[in-house]
Amino acid sequence: MSAPSGQFKTQARQLSADLRHRSIIQTALGKYEAVRDKTRDAFQDWQAARQAAAQIKWDAVNHLDQYLLQFVSNLETRGTKVHWASTGDQAKEIILRIIADKKAKCIVKSKAMTSEEVHLNEALAHAGFEVVESDLGEFIVQLRREAPYHIVFPAMHLTRGEISDVFARELGSAPTDNPEELTMIARRVLRHKYIEADIGFTGANFAVAETGMISITENEGNARLTAALPPTMVTLLGIEKILPRFEDLALFLPMLATMGTGQPLTCYNSFYSGPRQPGESDGPTEYHVILLDNRRTVLLADPEQRDALHCIRCGACLNVCPIFKNVGGHTYGTTYSGPIGSVLTPHLRGLQDWKHLSYASSLCGACTQTCPVKIDLHHHLLQNRRNASRQKPSFGERLAYRFFAFVVNRPAVYRLAKQLGRCLQPLHTLVKGGPLDPARAWTRTRELPRIAPKTFKEYWRERQPRV
Amino acid sequence: MQPANQHSGFEGEKEKILGRIREALRTEAPHPGHGPAVDRQDEKHGPQSSPIRQWLPFAGETFSEKLELFKSNATMLRAQFALLESKDELLARIQSLREEERWTKVGSHSGQLTDLVCRELKLPICRTDQPYQAADLETCNVGITECDALIAQTGSVLVTSRSAGGRALSILPPHHVVLARRDQLLRDLPEGFELLKRSYPPSYPSFISFITGPSRTGDIERILVLGAHGPKKLTILCV
Repeated sequence: MSAPSGQFKTQARQLSADLRHRSIIQTALGKYEAVRDKTRDAFQDWQAARQAAAQIKWDAVNHLDQYLLQFVSNLETRGTKVHWASTGDQAKEIILRIIADKKAKCIVKSKAMTSEEVHLNEALAHAGFEVVESDLGEFIVQLRREAPYHIVFPAMHLTRGEISDVFARELGSAPTDNPEELTMIARRVLRHKYIEADIGFTGANFAVAETGMISITENEGNARLTAALPPTMVTLLGIEKILPRFEDLALFLPMLATMGTGQPLTCYNSFYSGPRQPGESDGPTEYHVILLDNRRTVLLADPEQRDALHCIRCGACLNVCPIFKNVGGHTYGTTYSGPIGSVLTPHLRGLQDWKHLSYASSLCGACTQTCPVKIDLHHHLLQNRRNASRQKPSFGERLAYRFFAFVVNRPAVYRLAKQLGRCLQPLHTLVKGGPLDPARAWTRTRELPRIAPKTFKEYWRERQPRV
Repeated sequence: MQPANQHSGFEGEKEKILGRIREALRTEAPHPGHGPAVDRQDEKHGPQSSPIRQWLPFAGETFSEKLELFKSNATMLRAQFALLESKDELLARIQSLREEERWTKVGSHSGQLTDLVCRELKLPICRTDQPYQAADLETCNVGITECDALIAQTGSVLVTSRSAGGRALSILPPHHVVLARRDQLLRDLPEGFELLKRSYPPSYPSFISFITGPSRTGDIERILVLGAHGPKKLTILCV
C-alpha cells in the first residue's frame, strides 16, 4: 500500500464519521445546489450548450500545438514575455528569476490552482519572499497554513468562529461572528498590499488563441487589483486552458459561473492581452506568461482519457460526489480533489501511488452527468483501475481468483466448500471484525450474508412429487 | 534540472513541449461528448448570428424587453440602475449621490459624459487616463467611468482600459458609478463579443472586463458579503 493510499484511508475513515464536518459540507453544498439548479434551468438548452462546449474544448485540445503557437504569437506581438515550463520546478525557477530580476520583495497573488500544483508559495517563502494570497478563502487557508479544501471554495470547511479565531491569532483583530466584519478585516489588511507589491501573480481560467488573451473569472475583485496595480504581472497557466476563438467565452463564462457557484455570471470576467499599451496610463509595465506542462502531455498521449484536459475547473463534480461530500477535500491529499482529481492525479503524479483514488468512487456517474464539458469521469476511474492492475497485477488477487476458479470448476469440491462454509459460519462470530477475521475488511463496517441452510438444488429436489 | 540560458530561462522547453504535444496527438481521440454533435450554426437567427445565443438564457429583442431584463438583473445583483430622461437629470442624480455619500474627491477619466459630470461636481479629481498615483486614487470616494456596453442578459457592464479610464479606476474606489448611453444597451453576451470584435482589432485594449454587480464573496459559510476587495456599490446611470 502506497503512503498516499494509507493516508487517504485513515483520513477518510475519520472524516466520514465526523458528523460536524459532514454537516458543514452538506449545508454549504445545499446552498450551492439550490442556486445552481435555478441558474442552469434558465438556459434555453443546457444539454446542447454542454455538447457545444465539449466540441470546442475537443477542438482546442486536439489541435493544441497550433492554438498554443497562435496564442503565444499574439501575446508576444503586444510585448508579453512568454515562458514554457516542462515541470513545476522549471516554473518555480522562472518565477524566482523574474523576482530576482525585478529585485522584488512582496508578491500579491490571486487564486491559481496551478501555483498549488507546483507548490509555489512554499518555494517563494523558502527563498525569503513575502507572498500574500488575496482571494479571501485562500487568504484564510494560508493563515491556517492549510491547503485549499476545494478548488472553488477554499475555506468551505471552516465556520465563522474558526475564521475569527485565526484572524485574531494571526492578525490581532477583535473576535467577531459576523461574516461581513470578517470580510472587512481581510479587505483592510490586503488593500495596501496591492499598492505595495512589486509583482502581481495570477492564474487563468481560459487562454484565447485568436486574440492572445487570458481570461480570469472571479467575484471579489482581488485578481483585478492584482493585475492593475503592481508594476510587474506574472500569470501561470496550464497548456490545456486554450479556447480557439474570442466568442467562445460567451458560452464558457456563463457555463463556468453556473456550475462553479450557481451564478449566471461571476462578478468580474476580465481579459488581459499584455502589459500597459501605448496610450494606457496604468497596468503593469511588464507582463510574463508561463505555460506549464507538468505531465499534461502524458495525459494528452492517452486518447481514451484525453478529454480530462477539457476540464475548466468549475468544481461541479466535487459538489455532487457522494465520496467528496463524506470524506472532504483534504483527505485526497492532492491539488485537485473529487472525481476530476481522482482521474487527473494518477496521470500527473504516478499511477501506482495514486490508483487508490480510482476506487474512491461509487461509480454512480453523478460527476459525468454534471460536467459542463462532458468529461467521461466515472469511466476514466474504471480505466485507471484497469490500467493499474494491468501494469502491476496484485499477487493476492490473482491467487484468490485462481483458488475460486479451482473450486467452482469442480462440483465435488464446490459441494464440500458449501458444507464447510455452512458449518464454520457460526464460529465466525467469535472472530468477527477482530484482527483474526479473514474477512475483516468487509466485516469491520458491514454484516456478511448468512449462507442459506439449503441450496436451491436441495430445495428443488425436495419439492418434486415422489413417484 | 539542466543549466539554462541565464537571460530568459528554459529556451529549449518550447520545442520539447510542442514535440510532446505533436507526438501525443498522433493517435486520434474519440468524438467529443457522448451525445449527438451540435451544429454551431444558429438556426433561428441565420449564419450572421452567433450560434451560442440559442442555448444561453433568453434575452429580449426590443429595447423595452432588454431594459426590463437589465433592470431585474441589476436588482438581483444589488446594483443601482436608473434610466434618466436627460443630461440635467443625470447631473441632478450625481449631485444627490455626492451629498448623500459626502464625496470629497472623485476618480475619473476624460469622456463625453464623464467630463460633463466632473465639471458639474467641482471636486478635486484624480484623472486615471493620465499618469497618476495608485495611493491617490485609493483616497477617492468614487470612480466615475464610461463603458462600452450594458448587457441585458446578465446585467453586466462591459468596460475596457480604453473606455473606462484604465484598469484600476473601476475597481479601487469603494463606489463605481457607470455612465452609459441608451444605445449601449445590448441583448446578450454574444452581442458583447461581436461589439468588441467590431470596435477594436487589430489592437485590443490590454484590459477588458464584464462587470456583473458590486464586488462580492461567499467564502465564509457561503454567506453573501458585498465589497470583498472591489467596490461595495455599483451605480449604473443610463441617459
